[in-house]
Amino acid sequence: MIPRNFVYFSPSSEKEALELLNEYKSDARILAGGMSLIPLMKMRLVSPSYLIDINKVESLSYIKEEKNRLRIGALTRYYEIEKSSTLKKLLPIMNEAATWVGDPQVRNMGTIGGSLSHADPSGDFGSVILALNGQIITSSLNGQRTIKADDFFVDSFTTALNANEMLKEIVIDLPEGMNGGAYVKLERKAGDFAIVAVAAQLSIDSKGNCNYAGIGLTSVGPTNLKAKKAESFLLGKQLNERTIDETAEIAASEARPIDDPLRGSAEYKRAMVKVLTKRALNLALKRARGV
Amino acid sequence: MAVTAIFGARVKRKEDPRLITGKGTYVADITPLGCLYVAFLRSPHAHARIKSINASKALSMKGVIAVYIGQDIKGKLNPVPTGWPIATDPPIKIPKYYPLPLDKVRFQGEPVAAVVAENYYIARDALDAIEVEYEPLPTVVNQEEAVKESAPLLYDDIPNNTSFVWELKGGDVDSAFKEADLIIEKRMVNHRLQPTPMESRAVVAQYNSATNELTMWITTQAPHIHRLLISGILNMPENKIRVIAPDVGGGFGSKIPTYGVDALVAFIAKELKRPVKFVEDRRENYLATAHGRDHIQYVQLAAKKDGRILGLKVTSYANLGAYLSTAAPGVPTYLFGLMLSGAYKIKAVNCKVYGVLTNTAPVDAYRGAGRPEATYLVERMVDILAQRLKMDPAELRKINFIKHDEFPYVVCTGIQYDSGNYERTLEKALQLVEYKKMRGEQAKARAEGKLIGIGISSYVEICGLGPSRAVRGTGFSLGLYESATVRVHPSGKVTVYTGTSPHGQGEETAFAQIVAEEFGISIDDVEVVHGDTAMIPWGMGTYGSRTVPVGGGAIAIAAKKIIEKAKKIAANMLEVKEEDLAFEKGRFYVKGAPSRGVSFQEVALASYQGEQLPAGMEPGLEATTFYDPENFTFPFGTHVCVVEIDKDTGQINILKYVAVDDCGRQINPMIVEGQVHGGIAQGLAQAIWEEAVYDNSGNLITATLQDYAMPTAMEIPSFITDSTVTPSPHNPLGVKGVGETGTIASTPALVNAVVDALSHMGIDHIDIPLKPERIWKLLKNR
Amino acid sequence: MEKNTPIKPVETQQKQLYHIKVNINGVDYEHDVEARLLLVHYIRDVVGLTGTHIGCDTSNCGACTVIFNGKSVKSCTMFAVQANGAKILTIEGLSKNGELHPIQRAFWENHALQCGYCTPGFIMQAYWLLKENPNPKEEEIRKGISGNLCRCTGYQNIVKAIMQAAKELRSK
Repeated sequence: MIPRNFVYFSPSSEKEALELLNEYKSDARILAGGMSLIPLMKMRLVSPSYLIDINKVESLSYIKEEKNRLRIGALTRYYEIEKSSTLKKLLPIMNEAATWVGDPQVRNMGTIGGSLSHADPSGDFGSVILALNGQIITSSLNGQRTIKADDFFVDSFTTALNANEMLKEIVIDLPEGMNGGAYVKLERKAGDFAIVAVAAQLSIDSKGNCNYAGIGLTSVGPTNLKAKKAESFLLGKQLNERTIDETAEIAASEARPIDDPLRGSAEYKRAMVKVLTKRALNLALKRARGV
Repeated sequence: MAVTAIFGARVKRKEDPRLITGKGTYVADITPLGCLYVAFLRSPHAHARIKSINASKALSMKGVIAVYIGQDIKGKLNPVPTGWPIATDPPIKIPKYYPLPLDKVRFQGEPVAAVVAENYYIARDALDAIEVEYEPLPTVVNQEEAVKESAPLLYDDIPNNTSFVWELKGGDVDSAFKEADLIIEKRMVNHRLQPTPMESRAVVAQYNSATNELTMWITTQAPHIHRLLISGILNMPENKIRVIAPDVGGGFGSKIPTYGVDALVAFIAKELKRPVKFVEDRRENYLATAHGRDHIQYVQLAAKKDGRILGLKVTSYANLGAYLSTAAPGVPTYLFGLMLSGAYKIKAVNCKVYGVLTNTAPVDAYRGAGRPEATYLVERMVDILAQRLKMDPAELRKINFIKHDEFPYVVCTGIQYDSGNYERTLEKALQLVEYKKMRGEQAKARAEGKLIGIGISSYVEICGLGPSRAVRGTGFSLGLYESATVRVHPSGKVTVYTGTSPHGQGEETAFAQIVAEEFGISIDDVEVVHGDTAMIPWGMGTYGSRTVPVGGGAIAIAAKKIIEKAKKIAANMLEVKEEDLAFEKGRFYVKGAPSRGVSFQEVALASYQGEQLPAGMEPGLEATTFYDPENFTFPFGTHVCVVEIDKDTGQINILKYVAVDDCGRQINPMIVEGQVHGGIAQGLAQAIWEEAVYDNSGNLITATLQDYAMPTAMEIPSFITDSTVTPSPHNPLGVKGVGETGTIASTPALVNAVVDALSHMGIDHIDIPLKPERIWKLLKNR
Repeated sequence: MEKNTPIKPVETQQKQLYHIKVNINGVDYEHDVEARLLLVHYIRDVVGLTGTHIGCDTSNCGACTVIFNGKSVKSCTMFAVQANGAKILTIEGLSKNGELHPIQRAFWENHALQCGYCTPGFIMQAYWLLKENPNPKEEEIRKGISGNLCRCTGYQNIVKAIMQAAKELRSK
């Protein structure tokens, strides 16, 4: 478990980092928390010739509340997300999801930008960002781009990032009115990858009709999946046991799980998508109602 | 100042100060000057012919010193032996397994080449530069597949990949089955596990070519055995080798065996005349260090409808892996079959075991070594019988228990249980778990559609290995006595040299407690030395829960010899007869004139001065004992587990876990509890989370700690523990050993609880591990 | 020590080395290292502090846990070059003037260790945990140590020890 050697840079500004990325492109990798990248390097599954360590670029770490949206810098650690009072107040699904990522030491280092760029279909935050209809702001010497979360995850461990581009920020429109979210995860043991996990974010009107539904699925596809059919089914409807059950059923049908000798068969995972979607929606509803 | 009542006290461990400050010395911490590093290129294939190996690129890399392959050790290293060639008819077939293969690899991870370099990073890089051409062969990983005619053959001279067929016939099983009112048949899997000590294996070897002395630091549970076996593999005199086990980070059986790489590292040190170091990474530990369990068992139980169990027939297929590891043959045979009557008066047991070779890592002892496999089988069958007869499983056990006044009890397999009181631990456990209340809650829960279950496991196990005649009769290569030297120094301080080799079990403390108690001195005045063949004449190591009963027994006897001698010296010093002396709180005094006395320390000094010794007595104050126990010891107990099952996901939530264990007298109850806790955690781990998984091509899927699901503090519940004390009548201290009981008891307790939760649905058995999907599948169709 | 001490690659004939300055347990160290040198190897093999251990390949076991700029991290999943300018606390730095830290003492008194191999990692994680949450409930402790694996103790005494240490630290 020793990586191959590489050339190491520790830029102190975003510009410096981008210049390096622009020069070395796909021969380089960005090192943020390292919790996904370094294990891969140790196993020699990934051996970048150049490592651009952005941990000293403090300008990339922030949680900013603007008028009706949140902006989270790529270098924000899971520890900070878990503890953030801003997020707890405005979007507590983030704090909850953060507690499910890895373990405490991993959360001290791991970053939201790093995870999303890594695009592991078993990664937790991909599903959360999908459920929140978040936007990824990228940065390169050519400028910035905005990519919808749904367009960001292209395939397993593959994003829409260009070779000279880095994930800079995540933007999430704040939900309005009565809203609530939940992240529910089924795992073999603490710190394991999910067997299945579901992120659900709901907004309801005063009559209890759903005016926002976001559902993200973990570990049941080549990427994190947005359960769009389930979302549109629920939109506009009364939230009750029957509609939640049916939404969960649809979400399960949208899942594309594969058999895993360790974590479960596709059949089981699909069934668990239904179970967890129900649980997540029920929790989200409870929280939206303020109970 | 002398302290008494040390034996039985919750004394803080003497081991801990160095360990809690990071000042322990583990093998990986040892780096002699000029040390080179070895990395092993390991076979990616589970079964393949080696067509060619080209190491020229690696050899040309800066910092690479040498590369060794099978050709380089041919004729120089002997095969890696097994230490337990069990006696079977026809005789056991032992495959020839060399530290590096010449022509064929037989399991994924088998070392194929050794690279020696200036540092570990270069050695690792050099591995990528070695080109090996393999011709993959068909593989077989499952033991039932491997015995078939059509199966690929691992060794040309071992047909059906069957190393041995072992049988045990106890009592008259045929008439038992004839008498039966019902016969229950089950196929049970006791699946493969990866022992996972937190410290992986490591070896450092240093050779002095002028004196022909080899010094090795090894993560071993038995340094003397390692020395003996390495001397055989290397063709080097045993007394020119020194093996040291410094602090060792757990073993659980996987550090008993002598591995080929251990001898290979020594060989390289001799060849290069420089110290050489090898530290396994976790992947290597998982691929090539011994695995545990892996039995497929076919059981038949014969019973009367009043609940009496009459007999048991067991056929077991034991997966031994790709070669016979040091203790491997005896684990699924003797250590398994002898215990198949469990805590019960079962009059007849027949057991047949096939020892099968497959393209997987070698299988050897793993915490419990054969007894968990036996106890799981028996306790599951008892519960199945209870379900069949619609009897309370606690009542059924009481009906069949060997009663407390029937000990010592010879069971039908021929062994004699030394002492026991099974009813008492059952009673206590049921009390602690609030059994009646739990049954009430279960009924309530059922009515609400919830799934709550209660599982009982009443075990007895065989440990304190062991009486030499008995073990030699099984084919074990050596006796299983233990040695102790207790040396009192002129200053009155004491050093204890034990042939056991603790690696976490706390005997530096427990043994000091024995001696401090016996001599009436402070525990701070007693040092316990272990793990160095240069300091300890001979020892059989630590495993099989033998350290305290056998190792401690030897120390107790040696200590008594010293007090006997000391008393004679004291009598001479005080000019009285021995009978006129009493010994209390570290002081010999004249009965009736207590102010006339001498301290233990004064006697010690006198023994080294000489002029006050009785005529004909040798100076000095030390004693060496080789204690050969007259029997094994038989700790026992009852564990009760209460679970709730999530109907939607199949997940298991452990609501309560109670353990009542009896290991005879307890030297240090705090250490006893710790052993029970750790044992339970491993047994629960087997029941629910852990599973060594090979695919059909022999790829180990669980080769990392990300994949192998060893539980964390969030999965393992808290335990309610208690104990009873039923001393062992034959042991000098009355102690039995407790290192493995937790593991033995807990797997069936948990599984019995889960099955109990589902019994009203007609489910009577589920194979382990109880992954949520397995339970979910069963629930889905009901 | 400056936070943003810039790191300079040192050209040598053979391979690229990087000059790092790291403060460990209050002592400043300076070395030229390969970029790929893992922090845990730097601590153990270059600096010589072998109390931090390696138990796995995949960042699961936590035996390598150290405090890095105030946070508990797994030193096997970091490069030494990342530690340039950092302040690290290892198990060897925990006791002051020969006096055990309350966490160390609590582990000793509660038999929270057996073979001792995982122990430094647990103690350092507990150190961070109790700074974060000086009054944890049992479930919070169990979650707080879920990144550390122990094969010997079954965790119960470790939890007890951390509870005791928490109490003692609060009373200071």
